[in-house]
Amino acid sequence: MSSAEFYSLTVNGVEHQVADAWIGESLLYVLRERLGLPGAKGACEQGECGSCTVFVNGESVCSCLVMAASAVNCEIATVEGLNSDGTLTDVQEAFITEGAVQCGFCTPGLVMAVHHLLDQNHSPSELEVKEALSGNICRCTGYGRIFAAVDAVIASRNGVES
Amino acid sequence: MPVLLPTSLSEATQMLSDTPGATLLAGGTDLMVEVNFNHRKPNDVIALRHVPELSQWSLNKVAGTVFIGSAVPYKHMESGELAQLVPALAQAARTVGSPQIRAAGSIGGNLGTCSPAGDSLPVLSALDAIVHLASVNTTRDVPVSDFMVGPKRNSREQNEIILGVTLPIRNGRQGYAKVGVRNAMVISVASACFALQDGSPRIALGSVGPTVLRCPHAEQFLSQNLAADGSVSDDVAKEFGRLVSQESKPIDDHRSTAVYRRHAVGVLAQRLVQRGVQS
Ligand SMILES: Cc1cc2nc3c(=O)[nH]c(=O)nc-3n(C[C@H](O)[C@H](O)[C@H](O)COP(=O)(O)OP(=O)(O)OC[C@H]3O[C@@H](n4cnc5c(N)ncnc54)[C@H](O)[C@@H]3O)c2cc1C
Ligand code: FES
Ligand code: FES
Repeated sequence: MSSAEFYSLTVNGVEHQVADAWIGESLLYVLRERLGLPGAKGACEQGECGSCTVFVNGESVCSCLVMAASAVNCEIATVEGLNSDGTLTDVQEAFITEGAVQCGFCTPGLVMAVHHLLDQNHSPSELEVKEALSGNICRCTGYGRIFAAVDAVIASRNGVES
Repeated sequence: MPVLLPTSLSEATQMLSDTPGATLLAGGTDLMVEVNFNHRKPNDVIALRHVPELSQWSLNKVAGTVFIGSAVPYKHMESGELAQLVPALAQAARTVGSPQIRAAGSIGGNLGTCSPAGDSLPVLSALDAIVHLASVNTTRDVPVSDFMVGPKRNSREQNEIILGVTLPIRNGRQGYAKVGVRNAMVISVASACFALQDGSPRIALGSVGPTVLRCPHAEQFLSQNLAADGSVSDDVAKEFGRLVSQESKPIDDHRSTAVYRRHAVGVLAQRLVQRGVQS
């Protein structure tokens, strides 16, 4: 095994030191186990489920597939940073009011994926929503409530009463 | 040693030469799965994402070709100008994994892994792409058919970095299709890329052989039976599909059976050759 790694990561605008890490550690692991940021969830650790979704330089990616030590000099954003004042975003509110959360394991990843979609596309079609969320698996809700939450956010952002 | 983060190609090739056996990292969508499951334990890692030469694509109008850097993520191939220039590649890119995977994964990684199921590979094969390899002070060009030598095996030397690929821009119809158990997030059970390039039909198959296959007999048959306007009758399409099935070399594995794959790839070929006519 190679010697211990020391590097720093910028997460939600804050610089964190990472010490004594192994070079192969994923960003998911480092966020959760070293930096005390357990918002991104780990389920499959092979890119299949999306519960670990974070943004790296504005791209929505699976943090389980990012080698943490390669993400130095990058802007990393996690679900914890969506609203720094501790309030909920409109997407998070809609997930609650529309009943899109059951066990909640998939929720942080889905919330990130929905924010990413709606930041780029203000009125996505049904197909675009489904495609954008195709990398996020939910075992509980059957997706209907999740799509309802997305629709509610789109409607309210576009000034339509829902 | 930390992860090395070169910011130019010359720096990257020098680092690779100074650290023989170092692991190259692009999007990490193949590599990190292996690392997470303890199938690979990298000691030295060279991350390629900050090398501008690998992260860009460019059009050469005079030659009628595009160069696509090895680390350009699939996301940039799915839509926009590149998708207009090489539509089959856009279609293939759109079938890879999920948006999260397409924001990270790259052709360099697809070629590096060299799985017969790699979705960009039938497109590269059908279009006779050139793979550019770089080592300290030199580059080497290899036809993609010579680059892919077997299942998960390619002809890259240890001191070489895949710089990118050069493809002809479309001058006839082309398309990509894949069979899997669902629409998103699926490794193909069978796939095919059809292209009519410079008037000659080409068909390349994925997941039905040890590596991506071309079908010379089917191609020859079709070139002799194309109508003057490039269209294809139902009978010709059917025979083309049958020949493609015959030339495939599938096996049984955990994803599917040889019998189904042989059937499916013929159906894909038959559909692609006619689908193109309407577009
Ligand atoms: C959930 C999931 C779904 C997937 N779905 C698909 C799919 O539908 N279709 C498909 O084709 N693939 C799929 N893949 C596999 C993977 O996304 C692709 O093979 C992708 O192209 C790999 O690119 P990368 O940049 O992430 O490669 P990496 O993981 O960074 O690298 C892969 C290999 O290539 C080597 N390499 C990378 N770049 C270079 C270079 N420039 N020079 C030399 N060697 C290099 C690396 O050392 C490594 O051995 C999927 C993966 C996951 C996790
Ligand atoms: S834990 Fe990363 S995609 Fe499942
Ligand atoms: S709410 Fe349980 S997995 Fe989605």
